Amino acid sequence: MSHGLLLAGSSRRIPQGMNKRAFNPLWFLLLLPYIGLLWVPFYNFAQPELFGFPFFYWYQLAWVPLTSVLTYIVYRSLGDDE
Amino acid sequence: MTNKLDFVAIGVFVFFFALVTVMGFVAAKWRRPETLAHIDEWGLGGRQFGTWITWFLIGGDFYTAYTVIAVPALVYAVGAYGFFALPYTIIVYPFVFAVMPILWKVAKKHNYVTAGDVVYGRYGSRTLEAAVAATGVLATMPYIALQLVGMAAVFKALGLTGEIPLIIAFVILATYTYSSGLRAPALIAFVKDIMIYIAVIAAVVVLPLKFGGYGPIFAAAGEELAKKAAASGGKVAAGLTLAPSQVFPYASLAIGSALAAFMYPHTLTGVFASSGAATIRKNAVLLPAYTLLLGLLALLGYMGLAAHLKLSSNNDVVPVLFQTFFPSWFVGFAFAAVAIGALVPAAVMSIGAANLFSRNFWKHYVHPSITPAGEATVAKLASLGVKAGALLFIIFLPTQFALDLQLLGGLWILQTFPAVVFGLYTGWFRAPALIAGWAAGFVIGSAIAISDGIKPLHALSLGDMHVTLYVGIIALAVNVAVAVIVNLVLIAAAPQGRVKLAE
Repeated sequence: MSHGLLLAGSSRRIPQGMNKRAFNPLWFLLLLPYIGLLWVPFYNFAQPELFGFPFFYWYQLAWVPLTSVLTYIVYRSLGDDE
Repeated sequence: MTNKLDFVAIGVFVFFFALVTVMGFVAAKWRRPETLAHIDEWGLGGRQFGTWITWFLIGGDFYTAYTVIAVPALVYAVGAYGFFALPYTIIVYPFVFAVMPILWKVAKKHNYVTAGDVVYGRYGSRTLEAAVAATGVLATMPYIALQLVGMAAVFKALGLTGEIPLIIAFVILATYTYSSGLRAPALIAFVKDIMIYIAVIAAVVVLPLKFGGYGPIFAAAGEELAKKAAASGGKVAAGLTLAPSQVFPYASLAIGSALAAFMYPHTLTGVFASSGAATIRKNAVLLPAYTLLLGLLALLGYMGLAAHLKLSSNNDVVPVLFQTFFPSWFVGFAFAAVAIGALVPAAVMSIGAANLFSRNFWKHYVHPSITPAGEATVAKLASLGVKAGALLFIIFLPTQFALDLQLLGGLWILQTFPAVVFGLYTGWFRAPALIAGWAAGFVIGSAIAISDGIKPLHALSLGDMHVTLYVGIIALAVNVAVAVIVNLVLIAAAPQGRVKLAE
């Protein structure tokens, strides 16, 4: 039934998450922002500060470019999926 | 709050407003199709928007005028808790990256325009389609009304009181959306987003110079928040970090909002209008630039505290900050950015809701043999109806009612998540199970929220465990649990009834 899970026609690349034959482990990188941001005890404090920003703020702001980079790494690994 | 008429500011404001009005009408000719009288052209701009147009359109459509006003207002009021918008608008993008390209491919292949189309195509159930479509329209209406609240905040700051300016702005918006369709907000989004970037970057660079850097701003804001918390007798948790009681609400609001965000008709319209899966993936990489902007914007709430502004309403914090620290011409520019920032999402929202009405209601129940041109005409008229409804709503009903409904709207739209997303990955679920899940999530979630006095958070007690969560997440858990249980019963009763996945 695994081929039947590919709703989008000739899915050489997607959805990787469902295609056991060619699962790309880099997809796990996309879980990191969820872990880093949803587990609030990681960052719910003020020290150390950076440029006057308490940790709570610069930590979360730092996840913005970091998430972009992680997503870009996965994007590059997918190749042309159209 | 200064309500004297400031003619320099008003002049600059009117200039930019007039500029985008012209652009809205010219947009009909932009990337001119053979005809605009087709729902793919009017409602999706021809499904041809490349990476940059999509970036401006989704950015302009997702980060609304209401966001620009309300996020700093919440940060001004309660501090750290108001920042949940930041993790929310970060974690939404890995989800968009993974799921939305699959949805786009299905929509492109079968000429789907709405989430209702996708669900009907997948499950063949008119009931499920109607549930998804009706939820989309219902959740969008108060959202449009809130864009008016954002616009009204800057009109008020400019000294333009009464309903007339709002009505004029909305009539202009309705007219060019009617004639140009999705091309109008797509073109205007360029101007809007660039203006917002300039206004916010100016604020986050210039204002700290007046306060001696970010350190003093945070220090002063921390003191003000401590005073607020003390004045409330400990009832309000306000501070630079989260109180222990705010940790679960913060995280559950972030994840719940992120899952709901791309179920709304306006964000899905932006996704479906793009030119391909790779366009969407690149946007998931590039759209966080707006999130950075949002994070900086939120800090305006702290600058408002540091400046000891006297406000009649928290929503005035951004307008009053600009009026206090910037020259008139720049105030006009920044206010125009906010007002135009309301037009783009309001236009896309009304188009998304109109597409749902035309495709998932009118076509099936009123006029099954309708042509694509007829669909476009119905959608154009529906977009007028939706906007007129939002305008009447905001003029005749209390603003709080719109806020409450928008909050419920987020809860409701989240209940369409299983129906829209699960079917992309598995053929296990059957329509009646998803309908039961949707109904359970919708009814129980609404009941909990209403019984709490329409609050986003609900305290759950499981034995000795007490945890407060976003109601939308509680309702989604009920939704999925009911869907799984009903599905197991259905499979036990009729093992052969499995849905065949569309290729």
